[in-house]
Amino acid sequence: MSSIEERVKKIVVEQLGVKEEEVKSEASFVDDLGADSLDTVELVMALEEEFECEIPDEEAEKITTVQQAIDYINEHLSDS
Amino acid sequence: MAKRRVVVTGLGIVSPVGSTVESAWSDILAGKSGIGPVTRFDVSNFPTRFSGEVKGFDHSEYLDKRDARRMDPFIHYGMVASIQAMRDSGLEVSDDNAERIGVSVGSGIGGLDGIEKAHKTWLDNGSAKRISPFFVPGTIINMISGNLSIMYGLKGPNLALVTACTTATHNIGIAARAIAYGDADAMVAGGAEMGTTPVGLGGFCAARALSTRNEEPEQASRPWDRDRDGFVLGDGAGVLVLEEYEIARKRGAKIYAELAGFGMSGDAHHMTAPPEDGEGARRCMENALKDGGINPQEVDYVNAHGTSTKLGDLAETQATKDLLGDHARDIAVSSTKSMTGHLLGAAGGVEAIFSVLAIRDQVAPPTINLENPDEGCDLNYVPGEPQERQINVALSNSFGFGGTNGTLVFRKLD
Repeated sequence: MSSIEERVKKIVVEQLGVKEEEVKSEASFVDDLGADSLDTVELVMALEEEFECEIPDEEAEKITTVQQAIDYINEHLSDS
Repeated sequence: MAKRRVVVTGLGIVSPVGSTVESAWSDILAGKSGIGPVTRFDVSNFPTRFSGEVKGFDHSEYLDKRDARRMDPFIHYGMVASIQAMRDSGLEVSDDNAERIGVSVGSGIGGLDGIEKAHKTWLDNGSAKRISPFFVPGTIINMISGNLSIMYGLKGPNLALVTACTTATHNIGIAARAIAYGDADAMVAGGAEMGTTPVGLGGFCAARALSTRNEEPEQASRPWDRDRDGFVLGDGAGVLVLEEYEIARKRGAKIYAELAGFGMSGDAHHMTAPPEDGEGARRCMENALKDGGINPQEVDYVNAHGTSTKLGDLAETQATKDLLGDHARDIAVSSTKSMTGHLLGAAGGVEAIFSVLAIRDQVAPPTINLENPDEGCDLNYVPGEPQERQINVALSNSFGFGGTNGTLVFRKLD
C-alpha cells in the first residue's frame, strides 16, 4: 500500500499532466504546476474519490500546495 | 468592393476509412467500406448494431495528454483533422497575420458522449458534486474552434455553426464568405462528429432512419440501390484550410482548388424528410452556381449527399435533373457515404475533401453497393469503380434535418 503522500502526488501527476519530479511537497498547484481554477476543482474531486472523503468548498479553497493536500488528507483520514 | 477569391490550401481528415488524407482517399478510390460492428458499447439490444467508427485512432501525436482529457471524442477528431489541415497548408501564424486567421469548425450534435457520462455520474452519486468542471467546456460545440485558436494563436473570427448534417458544409461556406468579404485572410473550416453513443444510435434507430442490415454491415450503405434501407452512422471529422487567393499565391502555397461558390436554402417542408421533388436541394445547388458565376453546363461531378435513404436519394436525383437538364446525363454523381457512412455534422467536411481530391486527381470516386439502381435513379452514379474523367467543376451537397441545405462548388485552378 502506498503512503498518502505517494497517492496524493500520483493524483497530481495524473490530473495536471506534470512530471513526477516536479511534484515537490512545497509546489503550488497554480504557481508551480500550471493549474487553472478548473484544474484545482477537478483535483479536489479526484482527492475526494481516492480517499473516499468529502472536502467542503471552504476547506478546498485553502488547499493550494501539494503539502497542504497531504496534510488535509492525513488529518481527516485519521479522524475516521 | 469586388469579392475576393478563396482557395483550398490544406486538408485534414479523421474517418472510418482512414485518418490521414492519403489513406482515406486511397480506400475511397479502392471502394473499401469503413463500416463494421459497433465496438464502443454493448449494442445487442439495438435494432442497428453497426456503424462507421474511427479505428486505431491515436491523438497523442497531436494533443497534449492533459488537454486531451478535457475534450469529448468529437473534439479530438476535430482537433486532429484541423491540425493535419494546418500542417498540410504550411501556413505560419505570426504576429502579423494572427488576427486575420479564424476558425469555423462545428458539429451536428456535439459532446453526446460526455453528456451521457456526466448524466450517469449525477444519477450514480445522487448529487451534482462529482460532475467535472471540464464537462461544459469539454462538450460544447464551439470548442474545436476555441481550442484550435488557443493552440495556434488564431485571433480572427471564431465560429461554429450548427445545422445538423449540413454543419460542415455551412461552416466551410460561411468561412469562405468571411474571407471573400474581408473579415479574414484564412479560415480553418469544417465539422466533426462522434454520434455513435447509446443515446445517439438509439435516437436515430427510433427515428427509423438507419439501415438494419446487421448481417452485412459493409453493404448497408447503398445509395440509389433498390434494396437500400436507411443510412449508416459514421464518426470523424473533415477540415479544410481556406485562404484568400492572392495571399496564398504570394506565399507559394500549394493550392488544391478554388472554392468558387456557396449556396444555401431551406426546404420549409418537414422535420426529417425532403420534399419528393428535391425542390430545396435544387435551389441550393442553383444558388451555389449563381454565387460562383458558373453555368450549370460546366458541372462535371457531384459528390452527392446520397445517404442511402428511400426519399433522400430520389429527391437529390430529381433536383440534379431539374437543375442540369440533359447535362445531368453527362456528369458523374457519386456518394462516398457508401463507404464512410453518414458522418452527420462532419459529412460535408470529408466530402469537400473528396471533391477537392477528385479535381486534383481528375477522378470521380465510386459509389459502392449500387447493384440494382432504383426506379427513377438513373444517373451515372459511378457504380463500383472510380472513373477517370475531366473534372473542372465539382459540387458537394449536404442536406440536414430541419430542411437545411448547403452546396459548395470547387473549381480547378488553371
